Amino acid sequence: MIPMAFDYEVAESVDHAIDLLGQHGEDSKLLAGGHSLIPIMRLRLAAPTVLIDLGRLEELRYVRDGGDHLAIGAMTRHRDLLFNDLVKEHCGIVGWTAGLLGDPSVQHRGTLGGTLSHGDSSGDMPSVITALEGELTIKGPQGERTVEAADFFQDYMMTDLGEQEVVTEIRVPKLAPGTGWSYKKFSRRSQDWATVGVAAVVERSNGSIGSARIALTSMGATPIRAAAVEQALSGASPDAVAEASQSADEGTNPSSDDAASAEFRRHLARVFTQRAVEEALGR
Amino acid sequence: MRRIQVNVNGVTYEHEVEPRLLLVHYLREGLNLTGTMVGCNTSNCGACTVLLNGESVKSCTLFAVQADGHEITTVQGLQTNGDWHPMQTAFHENHALQCGYCTPGMILASVSYLKENPNPNEEDIREALEGNYCRCTGYENIVKAVQQAAGQTS
Repeated sequence: MIPMAFDYEVAESVDHAIDLLGQHGEDSKLLAGGHSLIPIMRLRLAAPTVLIDLGRLEELRYVRDGGDHLAIGAMTRHRDLLFNDLVKEHCGIVGWTAGLLGDPSVQHRGTLGGTLSHGDSSGDMPSVITALEGELTIKGPQGERTVEAADFFQDYMMTDLGEQEVVTEIRVPKLAPGTGWSYKKFSRRSQDWATVGVAAVVERSNGSIGSARIALTSMGATPIRAAAVEQALSGASPDAVAEASQSADEGTNPSSDDAASAEFRRHLARVFTQRAVEEALGR
Repeated sequence: MRRIQVNVNGVTYEHEVEPRLLLVHYLREGLNLTGTMVGCNTSNCGACTVLLNGESVKSCTLFAVQADGHEITTVQGLQTNGDWHPMQTAFHENHALQCGYCTPGMILASVSYLKENPNPNEEDIREALEGNYCRCTGYENIVKAVQQAAGQTS
């Protein structure tokens, strides 16, 4: 339970972190809150030779009103998001989900940028940011670029982040007043990873559903949009939710493991999609 | 090796540490502050909870080098001039411990939580302590103790 030895560097700025990544090469790794990375280092599933600590970059810890969106600094802690007024008012699903992650002590350390960069498809935030159609700002030696969440998550724990790049900001849209949301998660014990999770952002329009954006956790190597359900719900009556949710597992590729069989995951995806959309409609 | 300076329970320490040294081992073996326990080693159980700049964290999932320049409070630093912290008194008076192994973590997680929410209800307290396990299952009195302390500090 002791990690392999490594060298430790403190990043004084984002540019410094990028330089350090360049100096130390592919076996170096960025350390944010450490609540995904340190456990896997302790299990020796990861053994970076150099850790570059972003923990001192207070300039990456913020939530800003960007007009039609919220801009969240990558080093913003989950606990910050849970209590943030802008998040509460404009994008409640982010704060609510932050409050589900681990426990308060974990939320004091874990960061939004860290959990997204870790890219675990059984993590909750990747699905939430995917359902929100959020964007990530990434900085590297060539400057800044923006990536949509849907393109960021590429495979199991594989993201679009290059070897010498740092996620600096996450942008999520402000949800309009008629828009409801829900994140429903099934796990056998309170702190377990999601056996299945469903993030739903549903826009209401004159008594019917305007549009629904639904992303699934633990149903494949990345967060997966429940496209068939979204299509069936577009412009539909709220009565259509139960039937539409039956296609939630279409196009997914869940695995079988200790927590659940693939078939049970498919079942959970259907049931929790219905519950999430219904909750979103009532919220 | 890397030189760090930390303030633990009001005392400033300077040490050369290996980067992979976990904070909990630094506290226990480096500073001999054995009030902080090692439990699950996987950031689930909360036995190793300490305050980092006043906020609860799990010291098994933090490298000592990350605490460089910061303030740490362990259960041994909660008292003031020999007087227990109200949370310690509340745990004592409510018999909120059986074997005592989880107690330091429970107390520190509770102290941290009351700063965020000075008037919690029972459900709030249970949820706030979800990351602290009592394998004696003595939660009933632990929750009562936190309620008592909340009443006194609010």
